[in-house]
Amino acid sequence: MPLTTDRKRQLTTAALVAPAGLWLFVFLVLPFMAMVVFAFGERAPEGGYQAAFTFAQFANLPSRAAAFWNTMMIAPVGAFLCLIVAYPVAYYLSIKSNPKYRLVLVSLVVVPFWTSLLVRTYAWMYILGSRGIPNLLGMIGIEDVRLLNTPGAVLLGIVYGYLPLMIMPIYVSLEKLDRRLLEASADLGAKPVSTFFRITLPLSLPGVMTGVALVIILLLGEYLIPQLLGGGKVFFIGNALVDLFLQSRNWPSGSAIAVTLVVVVVLVLSVAMHIAWKVSGSRQVELV
Amino acid sequence: MTKWYRENASITAENLADEWMRLKRGSVTRRHFLGVTGLSLATAVLARQPGIFSSPAYAQDLGTTMSLATWPNYHDPATFEAFTAATGVAVEVNVFGSNEEMLAKLQAGGTGWDLFVPTNYTISTYVKLGLIDPLDMSKLPAFSQASQSPRFTSEGAVDGTTYALPKNWGTTGMAVNTSKIKTKITSWKDFFEVAMTEADGRVLVHDYQLTTIGSALVSLGYSFNSIKPEELAKAEELLIRVKPHLYGINSDYQPGMRATDAWMTMCWTNDGAQLNRDMPEIAYILGSDGGEIWTDFYAIPKSAANKPAGYALLDYLMKPESAVKEHIANGAPTTDSRVMALLPADVTSNKIVYPDEASLTKLEFGAAVTLTDPARAELMARFKSA
Repeated sequence: MPLTTDRKRQLTTAALVAPAGLWLFVFLVLPFMAMVVFAFGERAPEGGYQAAFTFAQFANLPSRAAAFWNTMMIAPVGAFLCLIVAYPVAYYLSIKSNPKYRLVLVSLVVVPFWTSLLVRTYAWMYILGSRGIPNLLGMIGIEDVRLLNTPGAVLLGIVYGYLPLMIMPIYVSLEKLDRRLLEASADLGAKPVSTFFRITLPLSLPGVMTGVALVIILLLGEYLIPQLLGGGKVFFIGNALVDLFLQSRNWPSGSAIAVTLVVVVVLVLSVAMHIAWKVSGSRQVELV
Repeated sequence: MTKWYRENASITAENLADEWMRLKRGSVTRRHFLGVTGLSLATAVLARQPGIFSSPAYAQDLGTTMSLATWPNYHDPATFEAFTAATGVAVEVNVFGSNEEMLAKLQAGGTGWDLFVPTNYTISTYVKLGLIDPLDMSKLPAFSQASQSPRFTSEGAVDGTTYALPKNWGTTGMAVNTSKIKTKITSWKDFFEVAMTEADGRVLVHDYQLTTIGSALVSLGYSFNSIKPEELAKAEELLIRVKPHLYGINSDYQPGMRATDAWMTMCWTNDGAQLNRDMPEIAYILGSDGGEIWTDFYAIPKSAANKPAGYALLDYLMKPESAVKEHIANGAPTTDSRVMALLPADVTSNKIVYPDEASLTKLEFGAAVTLTDPARAELMARFKSA
């Protein structure tokens, strides 16, 4: 019996979705289920996991409140700083720069990604360490300044590392902007500043929201930058997780924190996105 | 320094830059530079042609690579270079900051280590968990039990079976940059007090429960190995009070001390000797109130992928002539009288490496229970995330 068109279409869809679906199931859904099971278990006497059913791990969550708090504070602040720095760059690239060189300039934004973030963060360790900027300050009489291993250093590293991720979506949304709207606004007598705030900015909000969401999501799992530039003192949830799995060997507690983090992230983001959609009056916002 | 980095790099960016500057100043030879930065090992591996350097002593197929898990600044890279030249096996070095980290990796499986460096108090647990193999002494002819000092080496054997051979012993003290810190520091009590006052923001503690919690306990007058809840609670209270004043929590403290970002740190003998050798203003001090004395061992994980190479490197390291070079480079005191006899007088008379017996009497060997005690593990994790 020949297949109906509908049936064919369904099969095509299934074939297209299957690889990604299988991948996600094996490497995301299954591990997440294992984590949920672990989260209700107990730490084995020598470390690791042993089967049990207890809420003790969740009861212990408040002991990591500081790490949650750091993550929840520094991630939005870092994303906001990125935004402040990225917006003018994206604006220049998409609106003001000479179209002849635009592609080259946009590529330059991506160039840092050709070197590993690890190596670039190490370079910052050297610049912020005593032989870097503090040494230069010492030459003009400001002695013993300490920059490395401070929250400021972590924020700097975050803005540096995540900037391209913020510039690109904003650039894309500004580039799509219909220039005739700007001309119309000027024709109708609006000053450049009010054109920016009433036309350009609102229309670029989807890009801004995408950038902010992208940076915040990645920051919530950040481990490297706080470890290198925070010296193990500025602690993120990512660092707490590494500790629990690779030092204390307390898999259940680590799993409970990881599950909680996932739940919190989903909640925070859905609320944030809901607000963002309302504000921007558009439903074009995509998470990634 | 991240765990990821420590596992994957044999030299830190700071070391590389330091060595590069020393090379440029002409204070070291090109060979030394290539050696310490690992570049010559890389060149040796790249340039190696199979068979040419294979010595008849290693008739068994050793493969071309093996993996060693060890501690920061703990080997002379020239040793591995010579081993590679002799056997054709390149040694990949992974660096760790705590025994707990090594145990976590071995428990999770798939480390690929063929040889690793556990500390005395962990060996009985590794045996109990079946993570290490008894050693086949017939493959280790260079080792001599008779010349070992039993005071340091007894924990390598469990119930009469040898599971680990001694690398060296050492102490856990304090390294103090005396050009920055004027207060005279003699005890762990001083250490934590000065960390909150004169050296505010300039002190490092280890990312390692045994020494960080242990030293805090000692400063309060308790045993280094205590697992009593009320004593641990006092130690936690102290550590959390000190934390805002710290420069960092990191077991690879040489870069920070050398850059003078940090002025004082918890410190192992070998690092103390290396720091003092290059920067005489950095003193190494043992706590008058106590602290740790330890022996590090070599052991072969049950999961090792290339055991023949693990044995070959272990035997190579047990040769007095290799051990003496390692000793001179890393500065950790030997447990082997054959090595002692070969050492130059400036090493054996170095009070950092071989302190007076009197200063050792209060020190304690780590106890096995601290490795697996959940309260200590959780205390450390809470301290770090506080």
